[in-house]
This record gives sequence, structure tokens and C-alpha cells, in this order.
Amino acid sequence: MSKVDHALYEIHHMDTLADRDQWLNHIHPLVKLIITVSYISVTVSFQKYDFTRLLRMGIYPIALFILGDISFPNALKRLRLVLPLVCFVGLFNPLFDRRPAVELGTVVITAGMISMITLMLKGIYSILAAYLLIASTSIEKICSAMRMLHIPAILVTQVLLTYRYIFVLLEEARRITDAYSLRAPRQKGIHFKVWGSLAGQLLLRSMDRADHVYESMTLRGYRGEFYYGSRTALRAKDSIYLVIWITLFILLKII
Amino acid sequence: MHMADALISPAAAGTMYACSGLAAAYSIKKIRLETDPKKIPVMGVMGAFVFAAQMINFTIPGTGSSGHLCGGMLLTALLGPYASFLTMIGVLLIQCLLFADGGLLALGANIWNMAFYGCFLGYFLVWRPIMQQKTSRNRIICASILGSMITLQLGAFSVTLETLVSGIADLPFAIFAGTMQPIHLAIGFVEGLITAAVLVFIYESRPELMMDVTAKERSGRFTYKKTLIFLCISSLLIGGGLSLAASSHPDGLEWSIERITGSAELDSNESVPHETAGILQETSSLLPDYAFKESDSPAGTSFSGIIGSLAVLGVCIGACYVFKFFKHPKQKEVK
Repeated sequence: MSKVDHALYEIHHMDTLADRDQWLNHIHPLVKLIITVSYISVTVSFQKYDFTRLLRMGIYPIALFILGDISFPNALKRLRLVLPLVCFVGLFNPLFDRRPAVELGTVVITAGMISMITLMLKGIYSILAAYLLIASTSIEKICSAMRMLHIPAILVTQVLLTYRYIFVLLEEARRITDAYSLRAPRQKGIHFKVWGSLAGQLLLRSMDRADHVYESMTLRGYRGEFYYGSRTALRAKDSIYLVIWITLFILLKII
Repeated sequence: MHMADALISPAAAGTMYACSGLAAAYSIKKIRLETDPKKIPVMGVMGAFVFAAQMINFTIPGTGSSGHLCGGMLLTALLGPYASFLTMIGVLLIQCLLFADGGLLALGANIWNMAFYGCFLGYFLVWRPIMQQKTSRNRIICASILGSMITLQLGAFSVTLETLVSGIADLPFAIFAGTMQPIHLAIGFVEGLITAAVLVFIYESRPELMMDVTAKERSGRFTYKKTLIFLCISSLLIGGGLSLAASSHPDGLEWSIERITGSAELDSNESVPHETAGILQETSSLLPDYAFKESDSPAGTSFSGIIGSLAVLGVCIGACYVFKFFKHPKQKEVK
């Protein structure tokens, strides 16, 4: 599967997950956004040798994978992008911090090893938390939550438009790269002689498309402000859900 | 270069969110002042373009590996610093949510490292100063490579600093920086090459889409005056200089006639009209056989070349003016 195909598959997959009729998907997006940011903040605030207490933070992703009926292997695939940098930084900890921390029989576990595992665990938890947010909440709902947090409309509209046109332009990019690879078999990537014309053509088509988008938006009543539809109010179950998780995070941090 | 949540402390993340937030607030203010409702859809579509372009692998010659576009420098050259900064925020947020490329907590730091340097410093320190006086293909290539390399170096250095300030890793600052900077120097160079290739293509085809490159500048490269001077100098050089090296052998028609009749010139018909035309030609021609009358001096050939070229040029320009004169009233009628 090509990079473009993979990106398209990922976006469609996440959209399908977010559109499911699951209990977790019906929780208010603002609540889920606050909980996710709070969880990541608490997780990364643990001391670098505090492995055992950090381990308990796993309760949140485990609970949500079960409650939301979300596939764990798919979530693990997302670790491949960020984890290499975390591992690169973490792998040096055992080399520079060789103080013995725990002795298991004849095996000595150094402080550096513990800090390395802690760092990797923090990375895994935070990626899983972000995945659980997007797997249960569509981008439109996240944008609506961002507007509730008074993030300027220009920025939110821009995010929403970018997301909507990603599909269209990815399809366009796929057509261009497919046509190119059919004319240049056994060639990895795009030859440097056509870098400019290939990506430039895509850019010109995008610019023309932007003109069409603007014209059609204007015809549909766009006057510089985007309408997000009716905002859903916080219900009692949303508030309870928020209070439970925030209390649990505080308890896990201080106990 | 996407920073992960695990590498940043909440305090450092909060500081970076505040810095990026200030830059975003200033950009929003600037965009609002522009009062161009078309700007938002263009930013949205351009964000999607950067996303799509990042999925294309560009083969790096001689290495067997490939690179991809990051987009900061490209966007700033097309949309300006404020619009491109907001566009990059959208791209980074979607990358973070949909592809786990960077973290939610580290988003502020990622915006600073990848969008702020690329869009603001890339524009104000590199693109605008280079493009301000004159725009050319070489200047675009130079600005793209320089801008991408500088901004990626700054971004990579910021990642190192943010990790150091967060106190997460035991990796010494010098080793981390010593690893990050050279890698990103190479990445920045490739990014610069791709950006340059795309921008040169846009410059050649639609220069009005670029910042600080006006259509006037572009058309100024081939003004009427410049074209006329170029043609005159070419006429002098070719007519006056290269005409001396003209072959003395018969041309194609003369060669064919020679093969058939045994002589390069046909015997003249002794009829009255032919004789009259011959006398008229001899008296009217100032430079018979491309030389001065009754002289074999090479200066005559040069002089003939120059005069001939200028005469042809004059006739062509005159014909254009005559054509324009007759065409003009028709255009007015159509209007």
C-alpha cells in the first residue's frame, strides 16, 4: 500500500470509528478533550524514576479500549511515528545513569534503565490517549469543542477546511503519483527532474480548487464566518464522566 | 522533528503553548485586518495541499533514499507569514490527532519548532530580504534552500532545548544537539531543494501566486524596450560580425541550378521588360552582392549585414504598427 493509500485508509478508518453508535462516542466532545489533555499532562508530570506509580495510569486507556470497543492492535500501529525519537532519547539513559536502583537476585537494574522504561511508557500512554480521543470523536466535534473554548473562528474554520480537503487532495495526489509510476516503472519515488512540475501541478490545481471552494461557499451564504451547527449542551452524564476521571487522575498522582 | 508528549514537561509545554498562542493571536489579528474572506478557504485548501504533498516521496539523486516536503517555507512564500502560520497550525493539529505525529501536549512546541521558524523567520529573515530587490530563478532557489536549512536547524535546536529544559532525558545536551543538527542540516537541504523546485515551477507558470513577486516584475523581464535593444545588438553582431564568415559556396537553389545547367546563374532573357528591370536594379541597389560598389573590402559585407538586418527589423516593426493601427478600431467596436 502506498503512502497516500495508507493515509486515506487511516483517515477513513478513524472517521468510521468516530461515527459508531457507541456509548463513549456520545460523550460531549469538550469533556473528552479536557480529560485527554488532563490525562496527558498528569502522565508526563511523573518523575522519571516513578515507574510503578506511572504504571497505574494505564487504567485510563485500558478502560476506554473496553468501554469504547476499540481495537488495541490498530492503536499500537500509531506508535511507530513518535516512539523512535522517544526511544532514541531514552536509550541513552542507561548509559549515562548507571546507579544501581533495584537488585533482582544477581541482576542489577540501574536508575537509567528505569528512567528509560518510564519515558517510553509515558510516550505510549500519551499516544494512546490521543488515539482514543480521535477514535471516539470526529474532527468536526473536536472543532466544535475548540470553539466552546473560545479558540478563534479563523483558526478552527481553517482546521476544518484543511481536514475536509485532505481527502480531495490526497485523491488528487494519488492520481498524479499513480500516473507517474505507471510511466516510470521500478522507480522509487519521484525523479528529481520532475519534482517541481509534479508537486507544482498539484499546487496549481489546489489553488484553482480554492477559488472554486470560495465561490461555492459564497453562493451558500459564507460571509467570513463558518457555522458549526447547533451546539450540544453538557448533560449530567457528561459532567459525571468528567468529574470521575479528573478525580481519579488527581488521586493517582498524589497517592 | 515532531516532538512527543513524553519528551516535554507540562511546564515547558505550557510555555511553548503560550509562545505559539501569542504568535497565533498576532497572525489572526493581521489576517482580520486584511479583510479578505477568500483567504480562509485558500488557507484551508493549501493546508490540505501540504498534507497531500507530504505523502509524495521525492527520490534524492545518488542516495537511493527519498525525502518529503515539510511545507513551512513553501507556504510562507505563497501565503505570507501570518496566513501560512495559521495554516501550519491546522496541518500540525490534524497530523497530531489523526496520525499520532507529535503529541497534543507538545503541540505548542511543535507549532513553534516547525511553523513559527518556517513561516515567520523564513519569511522576514530570508524570503523577503532576498526577493525585495529583484526576483529571479536563482534567488528563489537560494532563498528556498537557505530558508529551509536555517529554519530546520532552529527547529531541531529548539527540540534539543525543550528536552533539556524538561529534564526528561539524561542524554547530554551536546550529544543530543550534535546528533540532531547534522541530520536536520541534510533534511533541510533536501526540503530546500524540493521547495525550490516547486517555487521555480510556480514562478515560471503563475508568478502572481507568490509573495513579493509581482506580475509586473515578471513581465518586466521582457519589456518592449529591452527586446528592441536585444534585437538591435543581435543584428549588429550577426550582420556585422558573423556575415564575414558567410559561406562563399552557392546556396541550395544556386547549387540545384548549377547541377542542371552547369552555371550558378541563368543567362538573362533579352526581352525588354527583363532589360529594364536589370537596369533599374543596378541603379537602385546601394550594396550590390552584399558589398560596396566597385570594392572588394570586407567592411562592405559587414556594412551590408548591419544595414540589411536593421532594414528588416524596421520593416517588421513598421508592419506591426500598421497591423495594430488597422486592428485597433475593431477591438474598440467589440468593447
